[in-house]
Amino acid sequence: MEIDRKMVEYVAELSKLRLTEPEKELMQQDLSKVLQYMDILNSLPTDEVEPLTHVSGVENVFREDVAQPSFAREKILQNALAAEEGCFKVPQTVE
Amino acid sequence: MIQYETAVALRQACIDGQTTAQAQTEAYLAQIAKYDGVYHCYNTLNEKAAEQAAAVDAKLAAGEIAGPLAGVPVAIKDNLATQEMTTTCSSKILEGFISPYDATVVQKLQAAGAIILGKTNMDEFAMGSTTETSYTGATKNPWNAGHVPGGSSGGSAAAVAAGEAPLALGSDTGGSIRQPCAYCGLTGIKPTYGAVSRYGLLAYGSSLDQIGPMAYTVEDCANLLQVIAGYDEKDSTSTQGLSFDFTNALQNDDLRGKKLGLPKNYLGEGLDPEIEQAVRAACEQLAALGAEIVEFEMPMIEYAVPAYYIIACAEASSNLSRYDGIKYGYHPESFADLEDLYLTARSQGFGPEVKRRIMLGTFALSSGYYDAYYQKALKVRALIKQEFDKAFAEYDAIVSPVAPTTAPKLNESLSDPLAMYLSDIYTVSVNLVGIPAVSLPCGFSAAGLPIGMQLLGRNFAEEGLVNLAQAYQMHTDWHAKRPVLKEAE
Repeated sequence: MEIDRKMVEYVAELSKLRLTEPEKELMQQDLSKVLQYMDILNSLPTDEVEPLTHVSGVENVFREDVAQPSFAREKILQNALAAEEGCFKVPQTVE
Repeated sequence: MIQYETAVALRQACIDGQTTAQAQTEAYLAQIAKYDGVYHCYNTLNEKAAEQAAAVDAKLAAGEIAGPLAGVPVAIKDNLATQEMTTTCSSKILEGFISPYDATVVQKLQAAGAIILGKTNMDEFAMGSTTETSYTGATKNPWNAGHVPGGSSGGSAAAVAAGEAPLALGSDTGGSIRQPCAYCGLTGIKPTYGAVSRYGLLAYGSSLDQIGPMAYTVEDCANLLQVIAGYDEKDSTSTQGLSFDFTNALQNDDLRGKKLGLPKNYLGEGLDPEIEQAVRAACEQLAALGAEIVEFEMPMIEYAVPAYYIIACAEASSNLSRYDGIKYGYHPESFADLEDLYLTARSQGFGPEVKRRIMLGTFALSSGYYDAYYQKALKVRALIKQEFDKAFAEYDAIVSPVAPTTAPKLNESLSDPLAMYLSDIYTVSVNLVGIPAVSLPCGFSAAGLPIGMQLLGRNFAEEGLVNLAQAYQMHTDWHAKRPVLKEAE
């Protein structure tokens, strides 16, 4: 699978990564090479195969709906960029 | 000279009154002070280790605590959350990060009286096979400081090999416990997926990650695994009703009736001939103890690396989206708006290998490519599992190399990512299907670098694997070899 410059920029945007021009160049080469190798999977017929997402076989692990203490608010905020009135303070998110 | 003693020997020395937990801890701290400048096994040391050891000594004297880990020092990989020390995953984006909670395995170690010496170096976010992608610098292999210790749990492996800890915890997503053990002459276990709680393990690939023990001997690994394994309601993927008892497994070296499979196609081209020779010799040793060794084929290995990297990178791209510069970790000094904050934090905070894997994963999950890559890889994963299920219907365990070569030299691996990924060929299938595997030393190359082998079992077959490994270690002494260390200049 060949990756072009536009694809690198699109995937970088989805990934929230800002790449420099040399980084984009290298990323294009690396991703192309790796994805080309991964095309080997296409030689395996898998139409009748179910995807295996979980190996442990556990399903729908529930607990009783009983409220338990969570974390102390100050602890969760101790690493924040900014905090105000017990909340994370962030740049404006909606116009 | 307590460095290079097993945890069992250290514990016995305390019981016999020859030493104390505090004295042992101080001896390890002295070893770290002497050698870690050369090998860089640790990112952070526990300032309170000696004090905590003294507290354990008081409990031991009062008969309040016992068990194989009581008073024993342990090193833990820097992707395990600790409240008392930073947890950085060897990444700039988590520099200085203090977790608000301890990982479940950390709580279990503390309850067992183990003394945490510090947080060990690793590949950034566990992404790598050499510990060279670490933001804090590369770790050196104690057997030859010009070579890598392996990765991503290279710091943990090097710490044990260099006598800077008798035991360590690592994590294994695609071989990150087993391969550094092989490169450093140690024994390690990747437990069955679900056997050990992942609560507090900073996630790389959530369907693949497991925490496991690293030590000189399988006996030490088994004792450590027994402490950390078990159901945790905080990890919904952990297995209910699980507990291990390795007592019988560790005492019996009669392997008659055991049937072991050796995949012929795993050997030959692409594998260092010295490693093939060592693995075959190990099979002969196991046969001499009564096991039947049968050669057979496991052709799906051809597809393991691509399937693994698509799934691991896809899961990683999702897991690492939490590093946004807001809640914790690296905060950029200035930013124009929300978008700029995300881009700046992540671009300045992540290293190149992490960015590469995030990009690969995001691509594999993106609209238009999701079926061809991610879904396809999951289907191949199902086929790989079928092949293992079929093998385990025949064999009690599968014998395998751990890596195609011994430890590479420093600064040779990062320029060709694909070649680096391909070196994981013997380890990734185990994580894809969730089965347990033990890595143990079985020889040395002519150049003096350790060689390891793997024993793979079906789900929850840890006791059987420990038995095989213990029988081997009762009749060989590879695990008793220690390197000659380089002092700081």
